[in-house]
Amino acid sequence: MTVLLSASRLTKQFTGLLAVNEVDVEVAAGSVHGIIGPNGAGKTTLFNLISGLLPSTSGTLTLDGRDVTSAPPYQRTRLGVARTFQNIRMFSDMTVVENVMTGMHTRLKSSGVASLLRLPGFRREERAARDKAMELLAFVSLADKARIRSGDLSYGDQRRLEIARALAGDPRLLLLDEPAAGMNPTETRDLGTLLRQVAKRDITLLLVEHNMGFVMDLCDRITVLNFGRKIAEGGPREVRDNPAVIEAYLGTKVAARLAKAHGA
Amino acid sequence: MDGMTMAEWLDDFLFTYETLIHALGVNGLLALSMYCVMAVGQLSLGQAAFMGIGAYTGALLTLNLGLPFWLVLPLSALAPAVVALVIGGPTLRLSGVYLAISTIALGEVLRVLYINAEWLTGGALGLSGIPRKADLWLIYLLLFLAVLGFWAVGRSKIGRAMEAMREDEAVAGVMGVNLPVYKMGALVVSAMLAGLAGCLTAHSNSFIGPNEFGFEMAVTILSFALLGGIGTPIAPVIGALVLTSLPEILRPLQDFRLVINGLIIVVAVLFLPRGVIPFRLRRAP
Repeated sequence: MTVLLSASRLTKQFTGLLAVNEVDVEVAAGSVHGIIGPNGAGKTTLFNLISGLLPSTSGTLTLDGRDVTSAPPYQRTRLGVARTFQNIRMFSDMTVVENVMTGMHTRLKSSGVASLLRLPGFRREERAARDKAMELLAFVSLADKARIRSGDLSYGDQRRLEIARALAGDPRLLLLDEPAAGMNPTETRDLGTLLRQVAKRDITLLLVEHNMGFVMDLCDRITVLNFGRKIAEGGPREVRDNPAVIEAYLGTKVAARLAKAHGA
Repeated sequence: MDGMTMAEWLDDFLFTYETLIHALGVNGLLALSMYCVMAVGQLSLGQAAFMGIGAYTGALLTLNLGLPFWLVLPLSALAPAVVALVIGGPTLRLSGVYLAISTIALGEVLRVLYINAEWLTGGALGLSGIPRKADLWLIYLLLFLAVLGFWAVGRSKIGRAMEAMREDEAVAGVMGVNLPVYKMGALVVSAMLAGLAGCLTAHSNSFIGPNEFGFEMAVTILSFALLGGIGTPIAPVIGALVLTSLPEILRPLQDFRLVINGLIIVVAVLFLPRGVIPFRLRRAP
């Protein structure tokens, strides 16, 4: 197993609160890795540390062996990290296809001068970028909505657009922050199918999700956080039966009762 | 027009309104300089200061060194660009109203400097007798090229990155936009445009003074972009056109014209939050 992303003793302290407390995570290349935990466990903070939106207080983060602990977001994007957001963050005035093309920022090479003079090379690259954006939109079933203002899309469509925009930068690691939030069972199932197809494109997935069925079904490996600490890690089955995880989700009383029932 | 040929009438018109027509073009450039900063989601009130640096640089190079105008013009754009590079480092860490406040300070510092460096800047009396070298065609050619340039760049990855920064800076960073470089680039280009406008003003009014580039001018430049909008590069230029010609158009109202002028601005800002030209540039082929 090659490790694509590795966090070591990663810590984020907000004045009085240790949001992420010495967390070690290793994400294998080509895997689908889930992060679960009760509300306030530090999942989104961990994502913000990985994508560079927040600086870490201590610890190290490496991507493919390269230290990116203090790299700004745009450098991490260049190295192949992409993400979506828990509360969808579109460029809502832009059209759908423009949003996806914005995601290609680091992959387009034309200089400012070339675009100023609208040189043939620039125009060719722009057309190719648009075609690639249209392919990605077809991949997430949004091709017919390419020219719509993205703020006017339905909620589910916006979620899919965010995935297309993240894929536009040819990432190796895609972070998905609660991709199934607010979706009905059908939409969730479709999302699962879509993400499996993404994984087939040699993209490693790291996702935070509350829908347990979805996570257990999709992930190869799961890390469980509670109060900023890692409390368990393993395959879906392992994690589901882990007493510490049951305790974190259901409280000590229920956990004890369940343990007794199982023991009996 | 009885008794007058078209050419004579045009001549007459140009003579009467020469100052206004110059001002329209120069203010168009200033509006674009404001647009350039606002397009990346920043709010600067330093554009008047950059304009002043361009005006004084241009005037001094012409008056003291007698350099030809084709050389004076680019140097007047370069000087404020260098200042923008120097002050950009610390100020671009700030955002929103804090950046605006710190850039007001730049204008005030320079005003005091112009007044006190009397041996160089003529102090409170300013510089006069600047030759009128800013031809009308030159002003409007530069304005046309600037609009065209912003239009072209706006329809590229740079334009998309700028709009992304305006909408959600953090997400733009996650898309791979090098935020510090883009902010600095926008500030430097805006300073160059303001410097050009300053140099053109100096060489068309033939006089500049230390109080022309202060807070009042900064707010006027801001209002061009606010009234016009920043969806397309032509919008702020229209804003400048309206705000510059309004006092002339309202002249028959005599003493009431400033009231109406103010009223139009307030109504526009209240009811047209995206400016009078709310369209946005398409950024995909």
